Amino acid sequence: MNWLDIAAIDDIPLRGARVIKTPLGCVALFRTAMAEVFAVSDRCPHKGGPLSEGIVHGQRVTCPLHNWVFDLNTGQAQGADEGQIATYPVRVEGGRVLLDTVALGKKSAA
Amino acid sequence: MKQKLVVIGAGMASGRVLEHLTDDAPEAFDITLFNAEPRGNYNRLMLSPVLSGEKTYQDIITHDDAWYAARGVTCRFGESVVSIDRKNKQVIGQNGAVAYDKLVIATGSAPFIIPVPGKDLPGVVTYRDLDDTDAMVAAAAGGGSAVVIGGGLLGLEAAAGLAMRGMKVTVLHLMGHLMERQLDEAAGYLLRRDLEGRGITIKTQAATKAILGEDRVEAVLLESGETLAADLVVMAVGIRPETRVATDAALEVARGVEVNAQMQTSDPDVYAVGECVELDGLLFGLVAPLYEQARVVANGLLGKPDVFVAKELATKLKVTGCDLFSAGDFAEGEGREDIVFRDPSRGIYKRLVIEGDRLIGAVMYGNTADGNWFFGLIKDGTEIDEMRDTLIFGPAFQGGDSLDPLSAVAALPPEAEICGCNGVCKGKIVEAIAGGATDLGAVRAQTKASGSCGTCTGLVEQLLQVTLGDDFQMPTAQPICGCTDLTHEDVRRLIKSQELKSQAAVWQELGWTTPNGCHVCRPALNFYLLADWPLEYLDDPQSRFVNERKHANIQKDGTFSVMPRMWGGMTTPDELRAIADAADKYKVPTVHVTGGQRIDLLGVKGEDLPAIWADLNRAGMVSGHAYSKGLRTVKTCVGTDHCRFATQDSTGLGIKLEKHLWGSWTPHKVKLGVSGCPRNCAEATCKDIGVVCVDSGYQIGVAGAAGMDLKETERLTEAKSEDEAIALITAFMQLYRENAKYLDRPYKWVAKVGLDWVKERVVDDLESRAALVDRFEISQSIYRKDPWAEHVQNRAQIYAPLADLTLEAAE
Ligand code: SRM
Ligand SMILES: Cc1cc2nc3c(=O)[nH]c(=O)nc-3n(C[C@H](O)[C@H](O)[C@H](O)COP(=O)(O)OP(=O)(O)OC[C@H]3O[C@@H](n4cnc5c(N)ncnc54)[C@H](O)[C@@H]3O)c2cc1C
Ligand code: SF4
Ligand code: FES
Repeated sequence: MNWLDIAAIDDIPLRGARVIKTPLGCVALFRTAMAEVFAVSDRCPHKGGPLSEGIVHGQRVTCPLHNWVFDLNTGQAQGADEGQIATYPVRVEGGRVLLDTVALGKKSAA
Repeated sequence: MKQKLVVIGAGMASGRVLEHLTDDAPEAFDITLFNAEPRGNYNRLMLSPVLSGEKTYQDIITHDDAWYAARGVTCRFGESVVSIDRKNKQVIGQNGAVAYDKLVIATGSAPFIIPVPGKDLPGVVTYRDLDDTDAMVAAAAGGGSAVVIGGGLLGLEAAAGLAMRGMKVTVLHLMGHLMERQLDEAAGYLLRRDLEGRGITIKTQAATKAILGEDRVEAVLLESGETLAADLVVMAVGIRPETRVATDAALEVARGVEVNAQMQTSDPDVYAVGECVELDGLLFGLVAPLYEQARVVANGLLGKPDVFVAKELATKLKVTGCDLFSAGDFAEGEGREDIVFRDPSRGIYKRLVIEGDRLIGAVMYGNTADGNWFFGLIKDGTEIDEMRDTLIFGPAFQGGDSLDPLSAVAALPPEAEICGCNGVCKGKIVEAIAGGATDLGAVRAQTKASGSCGTCTGLVEQLLQVTLGDDFQMPTAQPICGCTDLTHEDVRRLIKSQELKSQAAVWQELGWTTPNGCHVCRPALNFYLLADWPLEYLDDPQSRFVNERKHANIQKDGTFSVMPRMWGGMTTPDELRAIADAADKYKVPTVHVTGGQRIDLLGVKGEDLPAIWADLNRAGMVSGHAYSKGLRTVKTCVGTDHCRFATQDSTGLGIKLEKHLWGSWTPHKVKLGVSGCPRNCAEATCKDIGVVCVDSGYQIGVAGAAGMDLKETERLTEAKSEDEAIALITAFMQLYRENAKYLDRPYKWVAKVGLDWVKERVVDDLESRAALVDRFEISQSIYRKDPWAEHVQNRAQIYAPLADLTLEAAE
């Protein structure tokens, strides 16, 4: 693992998301009402909707295009829909959000 | 020979160290104890009861002179340690040096002072020790106003204490809800309600800009420009470990003095304990872990092996009457589930967070009796699978409380208004039911409740059920979503009659079963709240669908469309040039002339939005709100300026209407048309609101449709003048905003309440019309502005990616 300091947690709106570009495509950093942070793929497996633009409720997000709902912990689609988004390791330390660049497909920067 | 032990700081942590040490091995050490405060250890936690007057300093002393004397501790109170000379193993106090074999640093924390102008003025205090408490008590003796900066544990205890001493207290809190580190929004809402109930004013999302005053504090200035008079300012925004002596002595210090699990610093002869330490990146701000640390230090000094392990913590607030409890970890984790229980009638909220088959967090408000039991489950990692379904009811369950969907209605006070049309309150309806009106028809006949627009029917039925129990058969109504059993109409009425002004208030008072709603109810609640309380409620962009949050329509490939307003369908060569330039500059793939008489730029990249808006703003154009549940377009024909048949200035009226109504949010989108004559080239007769000009004035039609349904407008009335037409249309808009269900277009809403009901309020009753117009104008004082310009100014950065990891590092 290679933890990289990405941003302050306050850069992500409460119950919102911000996007980071990675070699694996766009990854969405979600922040819930309880100030937890999740990193998942920004691409909905249905028709590619940008999940970072969805409404965040509890630890879930609803895709803005056709309302599929995903659990941010597991990446699993909820209810009748079938599909899964990739989830990535993320840590919050002293108000900073850290991501594992190895898991995001980036060669170690050192 | 006795070893020499020096302790820096006589606080909660070192007090415990000395107790263990002198109990276990009274003869082991020659002890010298320094303390910057001119006194020994007292129970710092109990400063709040001293502040509020419930206790005195004498009551909270834990170690008095006799205790130190009996244990042979040399006290140097009122003397700060200036430095540590590790080479010669000496501690240098203000009055001279002392040699040590072993040293314990227990300097606690220092309050954090926000660096605003005026922070050093007399009358600005922190809340850490007895002197601070005495200063507050002295200030409160003169009455007056206090401003407490910080709505965390300390700030609220200070606020409550000052209020009990008769000061007028305002709490400023930077975040969205109180104690956000320990509580979720729902519990934060209840806490706020209780504190407000005792006369304390709470301002959230309030940032302090400066503290004002000549010789002493006089007022606090907020970033919003508001000033609050203040005779006393308490800064309680947080603490930071007091590490100065450790840093100067070149010990390893991060945020706190770094220690290992034996509580040794980077120098094995020097221990550190309490709030001044950092272990594995963790800081400690509550006493429970400090007591464990104290034991480890004492054992270490006596050569007994022991290690400190950080454990889960529980928080309570020591404000009499505010019963809250929070424990465990709400941050990070895999595969979690929430269990929520709310009892609006008793002001109770409980939420459990479960991961796998363990309880990992609990927040509760109002009834915290089971707090310690839950805390035990969390600490012990007990498997809870067996009792999952009844867990929330606590250990005493087995047939205890049950979730009652009707409790929100049962909890209403008798004077709560149920039927807005006829002004009928709950008490009157319950009286009628008790008097023998046992069905809806009878209640309607006797009280008129639900007899007009009918949107309160659901509530009246619930009252029948609450009052009659099983004797009344409830018809099944469609609830908003899975988070509640209430319908849209019920919720709208209850928001008004109970004056619920935040989403957290709705969730709690109406018994939502989820912690913070879902994508179905949140946008609806956000609209209802901003429509009913435009000045009090702060619009929540995170409760909006992406289009309304980003002020652009999302496309199937994740790009956006940009559509500026063309007032009344009019444009100019300059505007067209600016649109063409923008299309070139941002490589817009599609430019389309819409059905709403304006131009749509489709396929714009999300990160380009602020820039393209800024360009269009510079050319004098604003957002067209093509994405909103709000005013869309006002379509017009060319009218008297050119057309040989036109009877009135349809273009001019259309522009006036659009400029008057734009920016307002509505239950669903609203489109208008104004045609200059009955040939109706602007298709006004199939709009939500349409005006057809005739010789004698303006025929106003409402409730048309030409989307999924096709329906001709119905005649609201005829107006004699433009001003009258504008007032009528404004009043209609406002009535729709105040009453319709979210996502009902006007034609659906009018079908439910009846056109006659609408006419009574908008056309016939002039006073009601004027009041509707006034309320619309109040709302527009907030919302009639260009969101594009605002986002370009204040929110542009959120449109850009947070980071780009595809770029190779520069080195
Ligand atoms: C751009 C436009 C088509 C065009 O290129 O001409 C358009 C585009 C969309 N319409 Fe429309 N409608 C457009 C005029 C209309 C009209 C005709 C009109 O306004 O004169 C109608 C029929 C009248 C009406 O409003 O009902 C119309 C009835 C709908 C409906 C059905 C609404 C209904 O209650 O029946 C929807 C779906 C909805 O709103 O839920 C819809 C939804 C949409 C959405 C927002 C679909 C979506 O959710 O993404 C499309 C967004 C495209 C974009 O990215 O900009 N659009 N849409 C027109 C923009 C008008 C404007 O200048 O603002
Ligand atoms: C008003 C209030 C209410 C609280 N309520 C709770 C609660 O309900 N529950 C809870 O768990 N915790 C509560 N706390 C927190 C709790 O009091 C602290 O966690 C605890 O006191 C920390 O103990 P400590 O020994 O590390 O530091 P302290 O108790 O602060 O002791 C440190 C001492 O070191 C002295 N000192 C500092 N530098 C020097 C120096 N260079 N030379 C000599 N002396 C020095 C200081 O003057 C101070 O007396 C509360 C705190 C306050 C202020
Ligand atoms: S008619 Fe259908 S496809 Fe065409 S813009 Fe409107 S919603 Fe989209
Ligand atoms: S693309 Fe996400 S639900 Fe269709």
